[in-house]
Amino acid sequence: MNHDLFGFEINVWADAAARLGLIVSLMTVVVMGLIYGERKVIARFQQRLGPTRTGPAGLLQSVADALKLVAKEDVRPKSADPWVFELAPYFVFVPIFLMFVAVPFAFHWEIRVLELGIFYVLAVSSVNIVGWVMAGWGSDNRYAMLGALRAAAQAISYELPLVMSLIAVGMVADSFNLTDIVRGQGQVPNIVWQPLPFFIFFVAMLAELNRTPFDIPVGESEVVGGPFVEYSGIRWSMFFLAEYAALFILALLGAAIFLGGWAWPLGEEWGLPWQLALTAIKAGAIIFAIFWVRVTLPRLRIDQLMAFSWKVLLPISFVQVLANGLVLVYEPPQHIADILLAAISGAGLVLVVMIMNRSVGKPRPRPVLTNRAAAATPPARSEAAR
Amino acid sequence: MTAPFTHEHEFETQDLMINMGPQHPSTHGVFRMVLQIDGEVVRDVIPYIGYMHRGGEKLAETMDFRQGIGWMDRTEYLAQHNAELSYVMAVEALAELEVPERAQWIRMILCELNRLSSHFMFTGAFGTDAGVFGTAFVYSFREREVILDLFEEISGDRLMYAYFRPGGLAWDVPANFERRVAEVLKSTKQGIKDMDGLLTENEIFRARTVDVGTISAADAIDWGCTGPVLRASGVPLDLRRTEPYLYYDQVDFDVVTGTNGDVYDRFVVRVEEMRQSVRIIEQCMERLRPGPFLPDRLPRMLRTPPGEIYLRTEAPRGEYGIYMVSRGGNRPYRLKIRSSCFANLQALRDMTIGSYVADAVVILGSLDIVLCEVDR
Repeated sequence: MNHDLFGFEINVWADAAARLGLIVSLMTVVVMGLIYGERKVIARFQQRLGPTRTGPAGLLQSVADALKLVAKEDVRPKSADPWVFELAPYFVFVPIFLMFVAVPFAFHWEIRVLELGIFYVLAVSSVNIVGWVMAGWGSDNRYAMLGALRAAAQAISYELPLVMSLIAVGMVADSFNLTDIVRGQGQVPNIVWQPLPFFIFFVAMLAELNRTPFDIPVGESEVVGGPFVEYSGIRWSMFFLAEYAALFILALLGAAIFLGGWAWPLGEEWGLPWQLALTAIKAGAIIFAIFWVRVTLPRLRIDQLMAFSWKVLLPISFVQVLANGLVLVYEPPQHIADILLAAISGAGLVLVVMIMNRSVGKPRPRPVLTNRAAAATPPARSEAAR
Repeated sequence: MTAPFTHEHEFETQDLMINMGPQHPSTHGVFRMVLQIDGEVVRDVIPYIGYMHRGGEKLAETMDFRQGIGWMDRTEYLAQHNAELSYVMAVEALAELEVPERAQWIRMILCELNRLSSHFMFTGAFGTDAGVFGTAFVYSFREREVILDLFEEISGDRLMYAYFRPGGLAWDVPANFERRVAEVLKSTKQGIKDMDGLLTENEIFRARTVDVGTISAADAIDWGCTGPVLRASGVPLDLRRTEPYLYYDQVDFDVVTGTNGDVYDRFVVRVEEMRQSVRIIEQCMERLRPGPFLPDRLPRMLRTPPGEIYLRTEAPRGEYGIYMVSRGGNRPYRLKIRSSCFANLQALRDMTIGSYVADAVVILGSLDIVLCEVDR
């Protein structure tokens, strides 16, 4: 059985290897670009310049960083569990790259068309938490372990709303095949019918990526980098690479599933460069939003994070799936079904925002200002102190 | 504060001891605390201090009154003018020196500016503790930088000013002082607004800080807390109001108090205090007149008659007191600094027990300690 790769007929296995090699080398470049982009974007938000010295406009900064990381000594603590410690980066790294298999970049531009693409991506993506826990446990460091346990709890909690939100979209799109989902959005992207799942997806994505405000497992000011405390050099950079690769792939997924991928608004007829540009722009917008959130918001606490997932996101995503099911089972005329889906999902989104405002943003009394008229009374010591 | 949840374990569990500091990014210097945690809940905190002890008080006893000023900068490196002020006022009280009016007004302006720069440092560092990726920090430092530039123009140094002298000031302020202060205040007002928008109004920030690390007014008094930490608990004790020094009785300002005594209150009290500082400076600028900045008759080597004094002023972190014993001569026989941070830090254990690990960081940040002042 032979496959067609850029017009050449080659063996299936050689074809797979070529495609994977292409993806890995492409990703390394993309990750470098993302790191540079993040530093520049965050610097602009903070009225700084970001990297400027290495190459024109600092473009080679990521290359220099990569070289430095590769050249650094790979330290392993004496008390660490050697196998678990050394293997952990691969367990984080490999699943992330496996996710690329199903992602459609453009028309007929995916590594494999999988009928259950969404399920495949979700199943593979949840494997990498094993690597996190291995890193935390193997390091023999209490900060690392604390961070790893936080990461495990967080990943389990946010995996569920993520799955439910994608199932809701899959129901509306009538397919779990990512390519079909994108092609079905030629006229209108799914975000119009399903705004609530998009919101849940975005929030769960932030949590999956351990990005602010959910960067609890790696919280710099609390657990000092979490599971990666003891890692250095090339192993640490593999975690880093995986992190940014995951950022890119989830942004691509969000663009494909909700924003119409390469299909909307140009359709299938336009050429490959246009489609690739569309995918890149949409994924870039999501990535930019993630950077924006990162520079603006403080970090949530672990109990608040869990409460938000289990008490708000998960129930409401179940309701969304149920509502979608009801609408689709009774098969009303197409335009009524569309309006119903959009209305239910929009109402759900408003509800979530209201719940967030109610539960998180408590109104506070302003500080009390005392002027000269109310002279300070000498403070009294409590009974216990006397 | 009670534990967030109590859980009857069906099997034996052991609390985890986790060492935080002295080289931890959010212990604000070389503070060390050992947390005993049960899952994510802090069961006990053991603070360790003393990593920064340099014997500053003893060293200052070997120096004459002019040299000692420099040591006050080194004990409180974020509110240097306020620390110097306590010292020089103690010397002036012992030596019975009259300070010219212009020097007093300039001292007031510089102390309030220093309060602004110190509180900006707090808001920035606290934002980082709460988990903002550097944005609050950079915004705060931008404002603090403007103030430090002014201090540098006046004293010639960005960190260790040593600008106050017993009897007045080292030299007069530059001719463009009034214009420069007006510029600084303009950017400061914008900076305070930025902080409100970035942190005070932020829902996640409130979720993280409201009802966290609460301390009652009675407890705060018992621990000897002063400054914003005490006022956040609702005690309107501000030495500028209760025992006015300099010309604080001639300017109009409000004493800011909180209601709950939690981390959020400690934050907003400081932010509101910054607005009051701006008010005070604006009034001082109107009253500033040309004149001498040192007394006419000042001996080349200042000597004090025997005596002792305890003098305290309201520094940004609370009561900064100087206890000074003189046996005559040109240097103090005994010098003791009453550190506000040291007293405030004692309340840490009470505030932290029963909260989450992430809260421990935020609570420590809300105390706004300067380790140099704690250890001296």
